[in-house]
This record gives sequence, C-alpha cells and structure tokens, in this order.
Amino acid sequence: MSGTFTKSMARNIFYGGTVFFALLFLALTFDSMQAIPKRDNHANLTPSVIAGKKVWEVNNCIGCHTLMGEGAYFAPELGNVYKRRGPEFIKAWIQSQPTGTPGRRQMPNFHLTEQQLNDLVEFLKYSSEINTANWPPNIEG
Amino acid sequence: MQYSSQAVAKPYFIAAIGLFTGQVLFGLIMGLQYVIGDFLFPAIPFNVARMVHTNLLIVWLLFGFMGAAYYMIPEETETELYSPKLALLMFWVFLVAGAATILGYLLVPYATLAKFTGNDILETMGREFLEQPLLTKIGIVVVALVFLFNLTMTMLKGRKTSISLVLMIGLWGLAVFFLFSFYNPHNLVLDKYFWWWVVHLWVEGVWELILGALLAFVLIKVTGVDREVIEKWLYVIITMTLVTGIIGTGHHYFWIGTPEYWQWWGSVFSALEPIPFFAMTVFAFNMVNRRRREHPNKAATLWALGTGVMSFLGAGVWGFLHTLAPVNYYTHGTQITAAHGHMAFYGAYAMVVLCIISYAMPILRGRAANSEKSQVLEMWAFWLMTVAMVFITLFLTAAGILQVWLQRFSSTPIPFMAAQDQVAIFYWLREGAGVMFLIGLLIYIASFFVSGETRPRSPETPDRRNTLKPGAMPGLLFGGLEMQVINGWVAFPAEALCRGAKCRGDFSRLSSVGHGHAP
Repeated sequence: MSGTFTKSMARNIFYGGTVFFALLFLALTFDSMQAIPKRDNHANLTPSVIAGKKVWEVNNCIGCHTLMGEGAYFAPELGNVYKRRGPEFIKAWIQSQPTGTPGRRQMPNFHLTEQQLNDLVEFLKYSSEINTANWPPNIEG
Repeated sequence: MQYSSQAVAKPYFIAAIGLFTGQVLFGLIMGLQYVIGDFLFPAIPFNVARMVHTNLLIVWLLFGFMGAAYYMIPEETETELYSPKLALLMFWVFLVAGAATILGYLLVPYATLAKFTGNDILETMGREFLEQPLLTKIGIVVVALVFLFNLTMTMLKGRKTSISLVLMIGLWGLAVFFLFSFYNPHNLVLDKYFWWWVVHLWVEGVWELILGALLAFVLIKVTGVDREVIEKWLYVIITMTLVTGIIGTGHHYFWIGTPEYWQWWGSVFSALEPIPFFAMTVFAFNMVNRRRREHPNKAATLWALGTGVMSFLGAGVWGFLHTLAPVNYYTHGTQITAAHGHMAFYGAYAMVVLCIISYAMPILRGRAANSEKSQVLEMWAFWLMTVAMVFITLFLTAAGILQVWLQRFSSTPIPFMAAQDQVAIFYWLREGAGVMFLIGLLIYIASFFVSGETRPRSPETPDRRNTLKPGAMPGLLFGGLEMQVINGWVAFPAEALCRGAKCRGDFSRLSSVGHGHAP
C-alpha cells in the first residue's frame, strides 16, 4: 500500500467510482420504470386491490409470510397462494384461524369483514398475476 | 477522554446494549415458536415478536452509530461538540419514541396501532423492517436531522479528517435513504423496488461507510498505525463497497416483477460484494500486525479483528452463497436468507458497534482500558456470542438447504409446513445456539460490572505479546493466541495483494514482528 498510490488518489477514485455507479444505477432504474408496466399487472390495480393491499399491510401479514419471497419465513409464500388455493379457500382459512392445534404454528384471527376479505383476495389475485420471471419454482411457493 | 462533550456517547451506548438484550430475548421467543408453534400465543404472535426483534436491531444499531459518532467526531475534528445538550435531548426523544413504539407493537393489535397513529393519512406501515407507525418514522427523521445538524456544525468548526468525512457521508446517506420509507405506491412492484432503496442501500451501501469509519477509528487508536495509511485503506474499501453494492441492489430485483436483465446486473455486481469485506479483514489484521503500540485494551482489538472476519463470512461468503440468480431462484425467501441475515448483521454491524463500545466505554468511564479480569470476561463473551452465531448460521443453512430440496427442488415438492416439520431438528439446534448467544451476552454485560485492579499501562510501551503470560490470564491468552494467528495468517493474503509492489520492506518487518523482535 505504499509507493505512488496516495490517499488523495484513493479518495478521488472513491468519489468518481461512487458517482459513476450511482448514475448507472439511476439510468437502470429509469429504464426499469419504462419496462415494469409490461410486467406489473397494473391494469388490474383496481380500488379493491388497493384496499386489499392496505388490509395486507395493517395486519402485518409480512411478519410471518413471504410475498414474492420477501418477508418472514415462518409461514407459506403468498405471492402465488391465489393459484395454489383459490379465493374461497383463502377466505375460509383466514376466518377459521387460529386452529388451536397444540404445538402447531398459530395464525391470529384478524376479525376481517367480508369486504376486507374480498379486497385481500383481490390483492392476492393481482399479486399472483405479476410477471415474476417464473418464480417460485413450483406451486408450493 | 480528550473532549468533555464526548461524554454524551455514554447513554447512547448503554441504551444500545439494553435494546440489544431485548432483541436477543425476542429472538429466542421466535426461535421457540418455530418448533413449539403455539408458544406465547396469542399474547405474542410470531409477527409481533419478529417486528420487535428486527426493529430493536435497527434501533440499537442506530443508538450505537449515534453514540460512536458523538464519541468520534469531537476527537477527529479536535473540537467540542456543537451542542452536547441537543445530543442528550435527542437521546431521550429517541429512547422514549423507540420504547413507545415497541410497547405499541406488544400491547395493541397492529391494525389498531395503524389506525391511531395516522397510517390513514400516509400509508407507510406493514412493510418488512419499516413497520414503524408514521409518527415514529417522523420522529426518526427529526432525531436524525438534529443529530446530523449537531455533527455537521461540529465538523465545520474543526479539523476535517477522512474518517469523519466518510462517517458523515454514511450518516447523511442513512437519513436520506430512510426518506424512501415514506413512499409506498399502490403498485406492488414499485413498492418493492423502492423499499430496497431503504433496506439494501442502507446495509449494503451507506452503513458500510459507517462500519468502515468506526473500524478505521478504532484501528488508529489501538494500533497507532499512521493515519494516512489507514485512511487510504478506508477509501479503497468503501470504493469497492459502493462500486459493487449500488448496482448490487439488483440481486433483489430478480423475481419481483422487474426486468430480467437485473438477473445479470444483480448477479455480477453482488458477486463482487465480498471483495470489500475481504479487504476489510485483511486491513484489520494488517494494521494490527503493523501496530506501533501495545494498547492495553486487547478486547477492543479482538472485536476489531472479529468484525472483519465475521462480516466477510456473514455478508461476504453467505451473501455470495445465494446471490447468483440461478441459485437464488431456489433459495429466495428461505432459511438460507435468514442464515445470511443473522451472520451478516452480527458480523458487520453488531460487532462493529460492540467494538467501538469496547474501545470507548472504558475511556468514558475514566480509564484507558478495563482491568484484565474484565477484559477476560469480555473476550469470553466475544467468543461465546461469535461461535454461537456461527452455529445459528450453520443450522439455519442446513434447514434452508433441506427446505429448498423438499419444497422446491425435488421432483415431488411438498407443501411449506410439511417441509418445516421435516427440518425441525435444525430449529431446535438453532435455539440451543441462541441460548449460548444469550449466555455470551449476559457475560458481556457482566464484564462492565467487574472491576478488578486496573494496572495503568502506557499505550506506548513496546511490550508486544511478551506481557501475555499464559496461565496468569487465560482470557488474554485468547487474545494473545489471536495475535499469533494473525502473524502467520495475514502474511498470505496481504502478500498476494502486494505482490510486485513496493511493500516488501513491510513484510520483512511483519515477519520480524511475528518472531517477537522490535521492528
């Protein structure tokens, strides 16, 4: 680390490198913003889906489940649960919680209204139709 | 303590350790819920425990960073803090806001909390790690801005060193990127895309600048190596961090509805992310090897070396393990991610905060270093916690590999919960390692209350390792062994890096150090 390579050279490379790659990242982000509408299923972003996303958020579903692989790893992936289980099963499942089976992982009952259940299902349907580059590998999530 | 205003760091460090303890306790609760599913249900459902666990982590690290900055900046800038009173006021604001938020999580259903804290005005809650109510988020911004104002004003009137500059860039970056937590578009893909601007650009971006600055500061102090050398290393490391880490964000853009070219950008750049961590390890060992003084605080040196190694393993190796898109296709969102997350956060951020606390706390308490007895305990705590974390990571990795096989890779994939049942043994083992971690943490806390006789030793004493008498102080022997390992160990990578350069002189010196001669 001695010789001709000085601290001020290192500093300049830091600033130059950071600025260059930050700009490159911004350029890629700009390009992504153009490309995402082709994949993000925004055509189906209905008021019900938007309300469903809020139900998802204010009950902290991400605290146990993953959605497209992101979240907690305590309970099943739900990005594709609509395709795995279908709307009626999802609603019945949420309403029947907790199972109370001794020793089993328990999901709280969130006392959702029929409207909230429908919105949540719509949100999960919308999520399942986003083009995720064929992820997850199979229906089990 | 050179500047009296550095004293404001003390409550920050104490709070950090207290919240760290809370984090570990909730970690143990969650670990048990993995195998005894109804443990503490419905009092503390898993999602609540997890929120407390991860939010406490973030908050105690922030306390640690703030304490570190309040300690370091006056010394680096060679001037008193702009306003120690403001720093103390912000301490209480942050502590009360943090405690109220955690109590809110524990005592009120999350949906109710959201309703009464303004989530309907601006919906920001319910996203991983950013679960804080709107009021808390605003509080974090206020505290961060006042903190940055205080430090920036201090810097403007004092000496401007590279370490303080890098630290400030990291801290300003932390505050700026947190602002994306207020942006929560209805479009899930965009929501996820910019959510990572907080999470990834924090932990694999600006936080690494803070990490580098803290480590460089402690290394200057404990080794006495020339500042020019250390700061040059620091710039080289953080250059590699940001050059790889910014585009490396792309490794989160594989499967969330983003364009597929990210699989290339993300894989290639994040595959390079271990390099700065490896450089950091070499850096820490190299500096300790070239030390010009024998600082009496061996424990702080051990933490400095430990954070280099463990961040390389946790963030570097375990990150690389699942970062390539074809691998990540199978491992995304499994226990592999959890394994990586645990060791990376511990190795990079928990350990560097414990390192600066280890260095600064004795000085804040009026001595250059703790007594040997106290340091022995602290080193035991270091090894217990670090080895426990290695095992937690290994067990979660085993669970993750099995989970991937059973649920995703096999020709007859089984459902999530069925796979979880199959890997339960590894969750039990992980919980055992977690208990070991807690014991280490309790010993760590105990080390603050052990006085023993403090033999004042001049930091300038060129005593090398010869003062470490085996038997007389077994814990320091650990430290001593560590030093010997370093002498043999670091020569290889450092030599490889320097091959053909003009650092041959350094290496002859290095090996003479290894044989116990004065350079």
